[in-house]
Amino acid sequence: MKRIVLGLLAATALAFPALAADVKPAIIYDLGGKFDKSFNEAAFHGAEKFKSETGIAYRDFEIQNDAQREQALRKFAEDGNNPIVMAGFSWAATLEKVAPDFPDTKFTIIDMVVDKPNVRSVVFKDNEGSYIVGMLAAMASKTKKVGFVGGMDIPLIRKFGCGYVGGAKAAGATDVFYNMTGDTPAAWNDPTKGGEIAKSQISQGADVVYAAAGGTGVGVLQAAADAGKLGIGVDSNQNGLQPGKILTSMMKRVDVAVYNAFMDTKDDKFTPGFNNLGLKEGGVDYAMDENNKDLVTEEMKAAVEKAKADIAAGKIEVHDYMSDNACPY
Amino acid sequence: MELIDVLVQLVGATIRVSVPLLLACLAGLFSERAGIFDIGLEGKMLAGAFAGASAAAVTGSAWIGLAAAILTAVCFGLVHGFASITHRGNQIVSGVAINFIAAGSTIILGQAWFQQGGRTPSLSGDARFQAITLPGADAVHDVPVIGPIYAEVISGHSLLVYVAFLMVPFTWWVLFRTRFGLRLRAVGENPAAVDTAGISVTWLRYRAVLCTGVLTGIAGAYLSVAQNAGFVKDMTAGKGFIALAALIFAKWKPVPAMFACLLFGFLEAASIRFQGMPWPFIGKVPVQLMQALPYILTVILLAGFIGKAIPPRAGGVPYVKER
Repeated sequence: MKRIVLGLLAATALAFPALAADVKPAIIYDLGGKFDKSFNEAAFHGAEKFKSETGIAYRDFEIQNDAQREQALRKFAEDGNNPIVMAGFSWAATLEKVAPDFPDTKFTIIDMVVDKPNVRSVVFKDNEGSYIVGMLAAMASKTKKVGFVGGMDIPLIRKFGCGYVGGAKAAGATDVFYNMTGDTPAAWNDPTKGGEIAKSQISQGADVVYAAAGGTGVGVLQAAADAGKLGIGVDSNQNGLQPGKILTSMMKRVDVAVYNAFMDTKDDKFTPGFNNLGLKEGGVDYAMDENNKDLVTEEMKAAVEKAKADIAAGKIEVHDYMSDNACPY
Repeated sequence: MELIDVLVQLVGATIRVSVPLLLACLAGLFSERAGIFDIGLEGKMLAGAFAGASAAAVTGSAWIGLAAAILTAVCFGLVHGFASITHRGNQIVSGVAINFIAAGSTIILGQAWFQQGGRTPSLSGDARFQAITLPGADAVHDVPVIGPIYAEVISGHSLLVYVAFLMVPFTWWVLFRTRFGLRLRAVGENPAAVDTAGISVTWLRYRAVLCTGVLTGIAGAYLSVAQNAGFVKDMTAGKGFIALAALIFAKWKPVPAMFACLLFGFLEAASIRFQGMPWPFIGKVPVQLMQALPYILTVILLAGFIGKAIPPRAGGVPYVKER
């Protein structure tokens, strides 16, 4: 009986592709590309997870320059893709314009807020995750000097930096070197410059360097490993890039956000609005695996777990740079 | 003492940053002195970087990587030569085409071979040119002034850095002290005269383009196999164009070319080193200003201080034999 029902279902699905087209998920990555080992790659993994669990294929696209944004988004919407997930804050202006033209399409934007009735905005409390890795950095540092290398100089990246500085100082760091790679989108893909910045920080005494810089981070982590110091990855779990030389990674569950957007649409539970995911919601966390288990001692782990609980309970409040464009630490 | 440390680190960083510029600049020098404008330095470097990293990743040998980088850049150079020397095409168009081909094909091939989105696997051990510590560098490190200079500025670079700086006197010697150099310069100024003397303009210009290919190949290998550990898309990040600017800056001469590249390298190193540092009397300088500084200075220097830069007279003009 079951088999017949399943067969019938399959037959209807074949006969009426329009029904199956109800969920036609699509994802568009930001500059930096799908395999940046970081932010976009995390989004890709979320989409892949959806595909392997449901068997529903998705479409994706990597833009090559800023001019392609609107064209790509409109094309995807016109083709009937639904939902459409955009990875990256740079999509906000485009989405603001395009979303009202396609009221039946469900959009999700990650890392930025777009207030439209058919848009879900997912932002992360990067400051909280960065605070935690900042604490780990300061505790692992022998010189008590740690470094931060940001990608493009924008408020979002300063939010990472500010949280990191806060955490590092709370755990006893005396100096936090704070650098940005550039102020154009090219700063997401310049490992040479990232490496030079890391070397400069290391020469000033830093022995743990946190890279929140997309593809540029690969160069930062390489430079830290070459110098025998520690790096900290971002967005995805990057511990495996330089095994034993990466203290931890600030994981931002972009994959979960993408997966949820796809899944909710499939189950017809998609809700527009504002999602702010922090430590409490499991949106950000620090990465532990076999590559870094010898670097993080039990003592360090206990300290951050306590801080994590305090942040979740609201006892420690990590300042959000984007709330007032200032960093008190 | 503190100041000396900062300066020494700054100079060390300057050297590392200026090496690809210097190699690309000398490469352009050969080509342009022979009358072939080369906008495609960037593309050749990128192709070289990709080939170098790929070969090094597959074979595990930095030397094979270097050879592959040179070979690939030479092939791209020959394409440029074929279009602009043999077929007398527009040199700028051909150069731009090379840049596009390099930018696109490296990503596509990289994705097809390594499935990492145009990236090559990261290199380690013998697959990279490691930093060389010159004899005695550790021993003299604590000697004031001279110690850190020797240990940080002179020692501790990869082999290709030394090669790049040795190329400067070598290029000077080739261009100004050999018969080949004399003819090469002549063919860039007045190819008809060279032709009248019974020397093949085409063959001379091809040889110049080959030199360009070899040097851009080394520059590419330096980027992906020595300075970084692997290829990342668009990793040349405009260095080929900055090298062209430096070439104009240096009025197509090798030693000034070295100083121009060191200046650009120094400005970049300084913008990294002094980012976010408080200055006496001024306070914190915004990051944006520091990063724009190299470009502002370029404009100022080009506009007023270096005098008139006159390119080789036959530059950009395909040679047509009189009949």
